[in-house]
Amino acid sequence: MKNRKLLLENVHIPGIETFDIYRKNGGYRSVEKALKSMTPDEVVEEVKKSGLRGRGGAGFPTGLKWSFLAKPEGVPRYLVCNADESEPGTFKDRYLMEKIPHLLVEGMITSSFALGANTSYIYIRGEFMYILHILEKAIAEAYANGFLGKNILGTGYDLDLVVAPGGGAYICGEETALLESLEGKRGNPRMKPPFPAVKGLWGCPTVVNNVESIAAVVPIVNDGGDAYAQTGLGKSTGTKLISAGGNLVRPGVYEIEMGITVEEFIYGDDYCRGIANGKKLKACVPGGSSVPILPHYLVTKTLAGEDRLMTYESLADGGFASGSMLGSGGFIAFDEDQCIVRNTWNFARFYAHESCGQCSPCREGTGWMEKVLNRLEHGQGNLRDITLLEEINKKIEGNTICPLGDAAAWPVAAAIRHFRDEFEWHVKEREVSQTRNYGLITQPSVEA
Amino acid sequence: MIKVTIDDIEIEVEPGTSILNAARQAGGEIVPPAMCYYSKLPGTGGKCRTCLVEVAAGSTADPRPMPKLVASCSTNVMDGMIVKNKTSERVHENRGGVVEFLLINHPLDCPVCDQAGECHLQDLGYEHGSAETRYEEERRTFEPIDIGDTIKLHMNRCILCYRCVEVAKQLTDKRVHGVLSRGEHSEISTYIENAVESDFSGNMIDVCPVGALTDRTFRFKSRVWFLKPMEAERNCDKCAGKSVVWMFGKEIYRVTGRKDQYGEIETIDNKTAWICNECRFEKKDASDWNIIGPRSINRHSVISQGKYKTNMTRRIKKLD
Repeated sequence: MKNRKLLLENVHIPGIETFDIYRKNGGYRSVEKALKSMTPDEVVEEVKKSGLRGRGGAGFPTGLKWSFLAKPEGVPRYLVCNADESEPGTFKDRYLMEKIPHLLVEGMITSSFALGANTSYIYIRGEFMYILHILEKAIAEAYANGFLGKNILGTGYDLDLVVAPGGGAYICGEETALLESLEGKRGNPRMKPPFPAVKGLWGCPTVVNNVESIAAVVPIVNDGGDAYAQTGLGKSTGTKLISAGGNLVRPGVYEIEMGITVEEFIYGDDYCRGIANGKKLKACVPGGSSVPILPHYLVTKTLAGEDRLMTYESLADGGFASGSMLGSGGFIAFDEDQCIVRNTWNFARFYAHESCGQCSPCREGTGWMEKVLNRLEHGQGNLRDITLLEEINKKIEGNTICPLGDAAAWPVAAAIRHFRDEFEWHVKEREVSQTRNYGLITQPSVEA
Repeated sequence: MIKVTIDDIEIEVEPGTSILNAARQAGGEIVPPAMCYYSKLPGTGGKCRTCLVEVAAGSTADPRPMPKLVASCSTNVMDGMIVKNKTSERVHENRGGVVEFLLINHPLDCPVCDQAGECHLQDLGYEHGSAETRYEEERRTFEPIDIGDTIKLHMNRCILCYRCVEVAKQLTDKRVHGVLSRGEHSEISTYIENAVESDFSGNMIDVCPVGALTDRTFRFKSRVWFLKPMEAERNCDKCAGKSVVWMFGKEIYRVTGRKDQYGEIETIDNKTAWICNECRFEKKDASDWNIIGPRSINRHSVISQGKYKTNMTRRIKKLD
């Protein structure tokens, strides 16, 4: 499959982070086109036609989300860009904002116009302070060139764009916690309904979108929604940024056209070029730490024996029993020397640390799982603990205010589902498990 | 008016009513327990997850069941909604899970806790908890601290319901009290342990469902079931002065607000009858109050499972 790039095509041009070079290479065309020749509803219509799905992890159709935005008279509307990228394994937005900040600024202007917002925000993770400076410089250049501020390009449309840093909490990537944080409060997720599309920032209708989703609006407006929908495969339209990490020969951020096979992505010369140091692949987390882990025999093939593709549908094939999710595109590969128990503990530790502590199942459950996994990993667990973990999982999943509870439960549940032998080995061979790793699991002949 | 069915009982309620409040209008066994929701404090609810219920049909217009259990305190009823609480196995199982979570870090020091006998967590544990714990790890602990002269905070016992935070926000004028840290390490605190000084701060004690916030003027004086609650009133320029005084003989041991069967302060003359700190902490002499008569305690508490209620009534009658 030919690999088309829609977002990162110009990323290697020297000086692309400056307005002049970006503009020379076709930048800000979408703003001109939208503001001068389209109505806001036409822009929304193009985004709907494009089939673009939210790139933050949930994969909800962006155009549909936009069309839910309430439009009461006399009430301001807001667009907020979620740049609080903190999922372990995901670093695509950071790359995009660092290398080609004007793409996000351009996307923000076009999207704000489509939604009728006159003030928009980029909520950026506190640890990305250096990117905040990059974005502010880009925004200042856009103001100076008349693409932001009052009466943009003489069309009468006003827009102010503000970058607001968070304090570095993972939970502030949840859209309602993000809004609370943006309002200056403690970043606790809100009860839903009402959804932000009705009551969001300062009680006004708000759309919250991921950096990559907003950037994708630029090629959609430039080339039309239909053209965008022709890239990709089926309902997974367009391109996706994948941040590949772990034991790969060539980790990094790749823009892929959706529909390439997972095998090509891991072993292909254009992509990761296989597993580092000549090792074998043991497992893979295809979409950031919160999606279920896949054992090596389910990474490149689905349970039915078909090729697994880099699409929302194919990665989710088989449900949670034998599939996973595309999520936010944080692709983590593990070689045969990695310990799944240790990795699961590491993820659980992250979620226990990042739980906001508002609702009981997540506050208590994540901490409990972390402690049990800590014991298992350090050779102090027993077989009862494995069942206990499954039970805790079931009691957290679906019972929490926001999806952090699910995100904490899924990786643990999946690790036990596929690597139960390795967990049991940590209990039965306590001393050995402290000195070496379990190695590759064998493919079960009959799937449970 | 719209119709909703909860555990096979049909109820007619105003649109915009939550499932929990609809159930409370019918009363009885179908009412889900609530540890964090407090109808008198807007903004509470949704946090403890003990009031989770199953929605078997969303509404007449869209009769699909809701895939997840929903928090009944923060989900509004729809016309034709069918809700399962007592009758749902899933609810029973998951509520047990929530109670287990609430108890893993709770010290279970009921024998030395002032809240024992009127503790909602005790009731909840009795109804939905299991006799043994599966929690083998060390419990999270904090040192008890004094918030001001009159309130003691035992963070170990706290279930982070945020009710006291809402009291601080809504009833007192200068909020110095809130939640620090996050996750398991979250704690209720006043900003750098500032004393909570406000005429209505004592209501934090009344809204606390557990023994995390207790009355320093009453601590360790007596167990609540040895005291007889009497309705009393006095002229107060700060509050309505309508309270319950808890007596032993002719002596007043403590003063609280008048709580209804759900542990919430009653509405009297269309106003929530919060009491001020002067009434609560300083008026401990029988001559300060006009004592009206015995207060019936309508609670399904652990203590009342046995003889609490009957003994209490008998003793009150004897006094008359």
